[in-house]
Amino acid sequence: MMAAMAVVVLRGPRGHFRWRVPTCTRGVRGAASPAGGQQDFDLLVIGGGSGGLACAKEAAQLGKKVAVTDYVEPSPQGTRWGLGGTCVNVGCIPKKLMHQAALLGDMIRDAHHYGWEVAQPVQHDWNKMAEAVQNHVKSLNWGHRVQLQDRKVKYFNIKASFVDKHTVCGVTKSGKETLLSADHIVIATGGRPKYPTHIEGASEYGITSDDIFWLKESPGKTLVVGASYVALECAGFLTGIGLDTTVMMRSIPLRGFDQQMSSLVTEHMESHGTRFLKGCVPSRIEKLPAGQLQVTWDDHASGKEGTGIFDTVLWAIGRVPETRNLNLEKAGVNTNPKNQKILVDAQEATSVPHIFAIGDVAEGRPELTPTAIMAGKLLAQRLYGKSSALMDYSNVPTTVFTPLEYGCVGLSEEEAVTVHGQEHVEVYHAYYKPLEFTVAERDASQCYIKMWGLLYTGNADSGHPSYLLRGGGQAAHLQAFRPGPYCDRLLRLKHHPCQTEGTHVPSPTRRLLSQLDPGLTDLGASPGDSRRHPWSTVCPAGMAPGSIQLTPVP
Amino acid sequence: MEQPPSPPPPPPPTSPGLGKAGVVPSRRLGTVRGGPMSSPPERRARLSSPGTSRQFSEAREEVRRRLRDLIEGNRVMIFSKSYCPHSTRVKELFSSLGIDYNILELDQVDDGANVQEVLTEISNQKTVPNIFVNKVHMGGCDRTFQAHQNGLLQKLLQEDVAHDYDLIIIGGGSGGLSCAKEAANLGKKVMVLDFVVPSPQDTTWGLGGTCVNVGCVPKKLMHQAALLGQALQDSRKFGWAYNQQVKHNWEAMTEAIQNHISSLNWGYRLTLREEGVAYVNSYGEFVEPHKIKATSKKGQETFYTAAKFVIATGERPRYLGIPGDKEYCITSDDLFSLPYCPGRTLVVGASYVALECAGFLAGLGLDVTVMVRSILLRDFDQEMAEKVGSYMEQHGVKFLRKFIPVTVQQLEKGSPGILKVMARSTEGPETVEGIYNTVLLAVGRDSCTRKMGLEKIGVKINEKNGKIPVNDVEQTNVPHVYAIGDVLEGKPELTPVAIQAGKLLARRLFGASSEKCDYTNVPTTVFTPLEYGCCGLSEEKAIEVYNKENIEVYHTLFWPLEWTVAGRDNNTCYAKIICNKFDSDRVIGFHILGPNAGEITQGFTAAMKCGLTKQQLNDTIGIHPTCGEIFTTLQITKSSGLDITQKGC
Repeated sequence: MMAAMAVVVLRGPRGHFRWRVPTCTRGVRGAASPAGGQQDFDLLVIGGGSGGLACAKEAAQLGKKVAVTDYVEPSPQGTRWGLGGTCVNVGCIPKKLMHQAALLGDMIRDAHHYGWEVAQPVQHDWNKMAEAVQNHVKSLNWGHRVQLQDRKVKYFNIKASFVDKHTVCGVTKSGKETLLSADHIVIATGGRPKYPTHIEGASEYGITSDDIFWLKESPGKTLVVGASYVALECAGFLTGIGLDTTVMMRSIPLRGFDQQMSSLVTEHMESHGTRFLKGCVPSRIEKLPAGQLQVTWDDHASGKEGTGIFDTVLWAIGRVPETRNLNLEKAGVNTNPKNQKILVDAQEATSVPHIFAIGDVAEGRPELTPTAIMAGKLLAQRLYGKSSALMDYSNVPTTVFTPLEYGCVGLSEEEAVTVHGQEHVEVYHAYYKPLEFTVAERDASQCYIKMWGLLYTGNADSGHPSYLLRGGGQAAHLQAFRPGPYCDRLLRLKHHPCQTEGTHVPSPTRRLLSQLDPGLTDLGASPGDSRRHPWSTVCPAGMAPGSIQLTPVP
Repeated sequence: MEQPPSPPPPPPPTSPGLGKAGVVPSRRLGTVRGGPMSSPPERRARLSSPGTSRQFSEAREEVRRRLRDLIEGNRVMIFSKSYCPHSTRVKELFSSLGIDYNILELDQVDDGANVQEVLTEISNQKTVPNIFVNKVHMGGCDRTFQAHQNGLLQKLLQEDVAHDYDLIIIGGGSGGLSCAKEAANLGKKVMVLDFVVPSPQDTTWGLGGTCVNVGCVPKKLMHQAALLGQALQDSRKFGWAYNQQVKHNWEAMTEAIQNHISSLNWGYRLTLREEGVAYVNSYGEFVEPHKIKATSKKGQETFYTAAKFVIATGERPRYLGIPGDKEYCITSDDLFSLPYCPGRTLVVGASYVALECAGFLAGLGLDVTVMVRSILLRDFDQEMAEKVGSYMEQHGVKFLRKFIPVTVQQLEKGSPGILKVMARSTEGPETVEGIYNTVLLAVGRDSCTRKMGLEKIGVKINEKNGKIPVNDVEQTNVPHVYAIGDVLEGKPELTPVAIQAGKLLARRLFGASSEKCDYTNVPTTVFTPLEYGCCGLSEEKAIEVYNKENIEVYHTLFWPLEWTVAGRDNNTCYAKIICNKFDSDRVIGFHILGPNAGEITQGFTAAMKCGLTKQQLNDTIGIHPTCGEIFTTLQITKSSGLDITQKGC
């Protein structure tokens, strides 16, 4: 299995050398005579991911001399990739494309209900998908390099570490050193998947999200360890393309997300064919003579040991920031000793005023591409006088691309209750059935929507909705529900017929109708029962296809 | 079938505090203030001008109107104060008589003092309780007990039976049903008359109106069928492998969709029954101001009377009035239940109905031609409309522009048969002829208002288009007759609008609400192969209203991530917003052409209702990777003329 692991070498046949050669020569010269070869910049960005590139490009746009260093340390399985960071290479982009592949599988199944006569068997070819996805990613790598060149940002494919507060030493793959110095330095090195430390065979035989998207061959029967969104998304698309997939989770799914929504996500996955081993922790992995992996685990519930045989074991148990090899202590940059993340203030400044950190490497920031991009841009704008605006990290929307997508913005119900107190929080919710599910005879048991608001809403600035949406790329609209003032008043006229309509129908509240069940609303079907809430102020509608009754949380 | 409508049986109130619809949570009574008073402070501030006293009198007028509605809309209306012992006695009296009553507790309304003043003006009585029975001012507690003893009260109460119903609604579509349900919820005796006059091709359907039977629901499902066809093509690029031969079976699709619709029809009937609304499957026609004639399918006539009426009869497709149109052409009334595949199809018209139908028919693999007299999607943003059209054209739909059909002849009968269409140019003497299996007319819709006796009771309609003009509370020129939905003049013809208007109307008529339907910033989506969603103004309209130099248009082309691997058109999907430069760059128009446009537009509509500005969009974090995130990074203005094509990624 592992022999098939893709080893992606940047030096493709497409002439990447043209850049690398001058860079390397300079690097060589720099290494030979550091004093003479040292290059000075206004801004040096360490890490060519979403945040770093955005920051670099913005600074260059503002007329500054900018350099970006990027270096992908191969994963334990030897996987490496090009410029662009996690999102482009081993994150958002390939996962959404593989998610799409899985959704298309559902659509092929739906198609016959809509009159399409598709002959059996329908099979999925991993190699074809992976190649298509990888080609797209490579085109993005290329695009990022072109963009840097267009904006006159110097790109170094070197592994950087601090020499002192203003100087960074970069080492190329072949060991050549370059010294770079800058007035301002931005650390945007992101994170990498965590491997368990005390499990025999873990790093030897296991892979991570760094590898899965670059596999040339199908992973086959897969054990996904962890219950992070990475774990569930990977398990979701693997199941969707027809692989036997098991998720092993120690405790709760999607820690940090709304737990009711999270359990609906896993419930839907289970009904979709993903197996779950709950309350289990792996203890060792052995390779069988035939090449398969035998995994042994402790089942905490029963206290017994379990074993299973898989083709692939995917660790998705969290990520660690890439700070260990930066020699941060030489620059005096402080990190959180617990998780090694870099401590930053509201300006993104570290303990050293001219050194900044953005993106996943910074302590307390959401680990999301769009936040890193915006933070990087705003940082460059502040540094070079275009603006003084700080990055606002509140109300950042996100979507988990599990087979049934889960989108949310604002607080989870748990957080809402903790922050405001149970008595001040009102939750509106509904189960609903997308119109397209009806004819396709799809199960909509987990299509669910909820939002909460503060009671006594003279100041209704907290109508933070959180939703669970159906699969099918519908997450896009969530974009617009970033809570702002007046959320209570906005819910007026609706669209039709589409799922989003549901968010416009907050009707009853838990407080007065706590005994009611949030009955299933068929989008485009069963008329809602507005008698239950004759005093609702917005729109119980109900008669119309597409409208959803949001009924109270029992 | 006529069902003797049983009035909703609410148990007689057992305690004064629990009078049926009477006790309304005080928060809701706040709405009695109504109108400008309930506007948010921000908006009021903007409105504030020399006219404050005028505003005050308007507010006063609004309270007066509300009170009048309460008095007229309730058999027994008690204005009281929750702590007043006399009020309690009166409530107990009516409870003991088993008579429903409605209460307004003046001490629980925000502007109770105001209300009491106006009430004094109306009734010449300063004190509470202040009781009205059948619109007649009864007086206070003592007067009421006196009337009870001398029989006057009973007599007054009996007069109420003069009408069979509190409300009769003509038309059981989205708007009518929503209004009926809400009125029934508020304890009123309600009847719905619904009758589907067969189309010239003899198509009929069940309860629920256009949307459910021959509109939104079936068209979105057929659109979905077409999208699945696209998905099948994409799927191979994503690694799915199966036999290349994929055919579409029209009958299987139509049956599945019709089954779904039948379940919806059934659901509506069930709900009406549960709500205690009388449903009669008959054609309604006014014969007297308060009397309606209902004619069943078998020609049986029944008469009903009501205090108030709502016209919600909607519209039906228009015919061209050319030889052969009614004999051989179909419309959207027929297409969704057509028992055979339409085959080679000519769609006449360029309304959204025309383009949607042409789009999904082509998506199912049919040979489709659209004949356009002038422009696509009139009243929509024309740049977007042209993009919708050009995507369709690239995907196999043929457009025949500036032609109108002259005759339709049948060459051969069959399912489908063969038709010959002659058309002439709108610009010259040129004519063309074409052979099609099916001709679908989608050249507009006409209101169903001309054959319902409106002239007998004096309800005015616009003679040109048959639409009914109403005031801002959906009232026609005849005070007890209201209208909602597609029959309204100058209002959007959309299901959710009708639903909202119907519900709010019922609440104003029978509840303590003064909330009016807000017809601004209504979003909509055209479900063409590439969906087009919009909210607010088109670019043309924005220029007309604000002038070109006062608006800024931000736009970009984009390439959905899912389309990259699928190898679908780059630089096709398009996003555009129109901002008012002199109002903080407020977004006054939102347009998107791309997958899931409906879902995306819905969300941004909410934001626009909150006064979304360009800066707020810029400050919004995207969800990556989605299409909607494009709106958080719009940078290029149309006025800059910069290139918006996407290169590489």
